[in-house]
Amino acid sequence: MASTEADVFDRLGRGLSSLGAWIDKRFPMTKLIKEHATEYYASKNFNIWYGFGVIATVVLVMQLVTGIFLTMNYKPSAEGAFASVEYIMRDVDWGWLIRYLHSTGASAFFIVVYLHMFRGLLYGSYKKPRELVWIIGMFIYLCLMAEAFFGYLLPWGNMSYWGAQVIVSLFGAIPVVGNGLSEWIRGDFYISDITLNRFFAFHVIAVPLALVGLVVVHIMALHEVGSNNPDGIEIKEHKDASGKPIDGVAFHPYHTSKDLVIVIIFLIAFSAVVFFAPDMGGYFLEHANFEPADPLRTPAHIAPVWYFTPFYAMLRAVPDKLLGVVFMGSAVLLPFFLPWLDRCRVKSIRYRSWIYKVALMVFAVTFLTLGYLGMQQPTGPVVVLCRTFTILYFAFFVSMPFYSRVEKTKPVPTRVTP
Amino acid sequence: MAESTGFTRRHFLTVATAVTGGVGAIATAVPFLASFKPSARAQALGAPVEFDVSKLEVGALAKIEWRGHPIYIVHRSEQMLAALKKDVSLLRDPNSESSDQPSYAKNEHRSIRPAYLVLEGVCTHLGCAPLARFDVAPADLGPTWPGGFYCPCHGSKFDLAGRVFAGVPAPANLQVPPYRFINDNTILIGSDTGST
Repeated sequence: MASTEADVFDRLGRGLSSLGAWIDKRFPMTKLIKEHATEYYASKNFNIWYGFGVIATVVLVMQLVTGIFLTMNYKPSAEGAFASVEYIMRDVDWGWLIRYLHSTGASAFFIVVYLHMFRGLLYGSYKKPRELVWIIGMFIYLCLMAEAFFGYLLPWGNMSYWGAQVIVSLFGAIPVVGNGLSEWIRGDFYISDITLNRFFAFHVIAVPLALVGLVVVHIMALHEVGSNNPDGIEIKEHKDASGKPIDGVAFHPYHTSKDLVIVIIFLIAFSAVVFFAPDMGGYFLEHANFEPADPLRTPAHIAPVWYFTPFYAMLRAVPDKLLGVVFMGSAVLLPFFLPWLDRCRVKSIRYRSWIYKVALMVFAVTFLTLGYLGMQQPTGPVVVLCRTFTILYFAFFVSMPFYSRVEKTKPVPTRVTP
Repeated sequence: MAESTGFTRRHFLTVATAVTGGVGAIATAVPFLASFKPSARAQALGAPVEFDVSKLEVGALAKIEWRGHPIYIVHRSEQMLAALKKDVSLLRDPNSESSDQPSYAKNEHRSIRPAYLVLEGVCTHLGCAPLARFDVAPADLGPTWPGGFYCPCHGSKFDLAGRVFAGVPAPANLQVPPYRFINDNTILIGSDTGST
């Protein structure tokens, strides 16, 4: 009997499914795919704010891949670092592209993560039962800050050098052990070859390992409780006869196909920056960093890269070394406590009072303004503005337990709205 | 017979094993943490350096490197020294009570010889190198500016003896490194054993 085309595919299908069965007896492949993709139900009314988690994952993978290829030509020594980066830019085939993808990726990572966190604030994604999802996410953010800080020293430009000098000196503000601690972190009396070498180790292996681990834990915790949605209601409370949430659709293929469009739009914007403005006018790659590190000369105007400037502005706002560090540290740590600072039972901003709407908008403007102020020279009016907005930043968190308890909320629907 | 507490030989062994293992884990961490300290080579490279002050004109600043820090040496003029008496009211710690300097530099001019100022060019706030701004009362620093050092990072200000101004982020006066004159024209920075 002559075999038809259909027979060939039929046999191939049989072979694949018996291979699948063979694996499933030894590894929970089908079970994992069902749990996390084809039978993970997320609300059908997701909007654009729900795309940034996926974009962040894409950026993480891109940073890992480009990072691995950069290490193949980079030399982590005070002698060779700056020259090896120039070598990558000029002599390595496509080296400029790999490096610009990585440096632009760093800024893109923070843009995406800040928007992802803002989504949490909009729709109350940090509230019960998602407290751990939020806290793990905050740890991811801390890791990201560490990763960016360590990575920024590696090109060994003059801004790299003095940026590291300032941040390591922050630890010197701690009473008694401070100076010894800074010395221990540097491994020398100043930022030296030794410091560069260990920052390289942190940047390429220690922190990325922690980061990837935390991302896995973040997603596991999310899939345990289920995704929030713009209405801030629990879709698991309304299930059909087969136990599926009525308002949910499977992550794959429904959310993945939509996410693909979001990722493509992101990559278009991202490529535009990589190819046409990789230094973004000095915001993504600071101009002072195109000169090699000089331990005897601080750049005339020193500011960290834009994603750290809100916190840097708060550091400068306080005319006392220890208190400045305390304010900056608490500004980073306060969001950890949001699940408990916010006493309002309604999650989504759609059904919360005007007080929260105003507070959140003021907070967003405050954060952006501090970011701008952190880039300016610390003279007269800038210092006064820094202080004003630092107070506003802290007011958002400190006032929250009081007003959120007595908020006049709107009725929350039982089913998601389109 | 007294009632049994339920604590058995097995419990005892479990606790003892956990404690022993914990002590072992802590002991194992020591070499890793200690490897972070400045190595023997890093410490050896922190040796003292010499500088010939006769090369330095009146009113000029020289920068040299010691332990990777910039060291500022200023040959102060009579006017510069006179300014130190006038700016006292602007300062946070005019008598260097809560600042770090060798005992021989804890005086009004914060130096061994009044004319020669030796400072670590490391802002006591977060370690930037302050800029020399010896011009009196420039537009950007205001009419009360007596000449001194201005830190571009966070706006801290110091006078011509490295004394910090009040109301800036830096908490203390610029540090004076240990130094001594080994002859009339040469100073040794990084060592002050033997008196001057």
